[in-house]
Amino acid sequence: MINLIDLEKKINSELTTKISKTEIKHNQIYVEINKDDLIDVTLFIKTNKDTKFRQLIDITVVDYPEQTQRFKVVYLFLSHEFNQRMILSYFINESEVITSLTSIFPSANWMEREVFDMYGVNFKDHPDLRRILTDYGFEGHPLRKDFPLTGHTEVRYSEEQKKVINESVKLEQNYRNFDYESPWEGTEYIKQQTDSNDKKN
Amino acid sequence: MTKKIKNLNLNFGPQHPAAHGVLRLILELDGEVVEKADPHIGLLHRGTEKLIENKTYMQAVPYFDRLDYVAPMNQEHAFALAIEKILKIDVPIRAQYIRVMFCEIGRILSHILNVTTQALDVGALTPSLWGFEERETLMTFYERASGSRLHANYFRTGGVHQDLPADLESDIAAFCESFPKVINDLESLLTDNRIFKQRNVDIGIVSKDDALDYSFSGVMIRGSGIAWDLRKSQPYECYEQLEFKIPVGKNGDCYDRYLCRIEEMKESVSIIKQCLAKMEKGPIKSFDGKITPPPKKEIKQSMEALIHHFKLFTEGYRVQKDEIYTAVEAPKGEFGVYLISDGSSKPYKCKIRAPGFSHLQSMNYLIKGHMLADVPAVLGSLDIVFGEVDR
Repeated sequence: MINLIDLEKKINSELTTKISKTEIKHNQIYVEINKDDLIDVTLFIKTNKDTKFRQLIDITVVDYPEQTQRFKVVYLFLSHEFNQRMILSYFINESEVITSLTSIFPSANWMEREVFDMYGVNFKDHPDLRRILTDYGFEGHPLRKDFPLTGHTEVRYSEEQKKVINESVKLEQNYRNFDYESPWEGTEYIKQQTDSNDKKN
Repeated sequence: MTKKIKNLNLNFGPQHPAAHGVLRLILELDGEVVEKADPHIGLLHRGTEKLIENKTYMQAVPYFDRLDYVAPMNQEHAFALAIEKILKIDVPIRAQYIRVMFCEIGRILSHILNVTTQALDVGALTPSLWGFEERETLMTFYERASGSRLHANYFRTGGVHQDLPADLESDIAAFCESFPKVINDLESLLTDNRIFKQRNVDIGIVSKDDALDYSFSGVMIRGSGIAWDLRKSQPYECYEQLEFKIPVGKNGDCYDRYLCRIEEMKESVSIIKQCLAKMEKGPIKSFDGKITPPPKKEIKQSMEALIHHFKLFTEGYRVQKDEIYTAVEAPKGEFGVYLISDGSSKPYKCKIRAPGFSHLQSMNYLIKGHMLADVPAVLGSLDIVFGEVDR
């Protein structure tokens, strides 16, 4: 494949129903797939002689708590041969389990562990699904939007108990999140008002 | 008579000078041979991504200095480029050269640290003493441009924070003349050194296929013979106008990676020289008042400038709804930022792709079957900095 437009055509014609949306922007190709076809699609783009996305750059999740399909799972691929980048994504529910890519890309191991740690998304067929970045015995999934920035617990050394203990966060002052969005452009209530005024006129 | 021998489990780190930070490596040893390595990371996890989601774009920049803290500006670069691509801002040419120059200084900073500490890990003390003197000089350049030796916070969307002070350019040029001699000195100590070679040659070999499968980048992939450098293959900023070579290794062992780093330092010096030669006087950041804060003297006179200043430092600038992955060739490999903006002045999601994370992950694959004494050598050649691995 030489350019992204050909690549887009190729993917759409070869994988037809497995692809739900493709888009080219910022010189990268964005592909949305169905959750169940992950393995098929990855194997195809890794092994096909016209795509050769041989490297998995990263796996991450985006949290949209207000949607029923809460998590968007994102895979970034790189093809050295054709010098192209692909961003593969699909949406899942909070309780859904996704298939691990470790059998195809060994590097997916830690990336999936990180996703599990940060978002609580479970992986099927993962050889060693443990927390990776947070502390031993940590509870909760910090990168979810409903996890507070200050966290739930803090660690300190207790002189009485002679050991390191976890206790709930005590703040001298509540965490304040100032809303600086300018009211004459962005804020929701003004926008609604102007929109309804426009309709009336 | 048979006797059952149990494998020994050994904890390497988290407080060990050869662990290059806070790595807890659990090794399963059969005699002196490593059977299995299980790195436990996260001891330096600070929740950078979570913090960035709660800060405006401008406030997020300093967090990038604290990732790979031996080459801070290279990280800022990825973030700045991501926003610039979404906002479609052009960066003035002088700012581009300044940025590239400081990124190359960052590369030298990182490579000196790595090469000398790798030598230290295998028993050579002197290189680190010589190398760190040069790092100190480079960090004063950082300080003179940005105000701080390490956490620069210098790159901005659309340019850099301020222009270079007088004489800095000539001082950097003088450094470019004297530094190659120091590289030669380091090489005379290490390259043909018998002990250094015994400890590094044929240790931690990575084949081409495995380098791809394990998501290696930077020196780790070039050491295995794949000529891949984002500065050449996906040129960003003004790298297209600069001439430089990409050193590539042959065997993919620790020694080849060391050689690559030495050669890359020489190339970086040449890039810095070219930047200095091509740099002309001119603006150093974008003129767009909605992105760039106004100069101080204007604030006292212009109402518009005052409003811009106030809005930029409270609300910050907004970035329209978009999704982008941008990567730069950081000293350690491909450093990427996957940014999702939602039209507000804070990133909705900012995933940081750190090269060290995938490199460290392959520890088990690299060290299996090697001796215990090879662990520091392999770890040294991976070029791990825990700021970026743990984020």
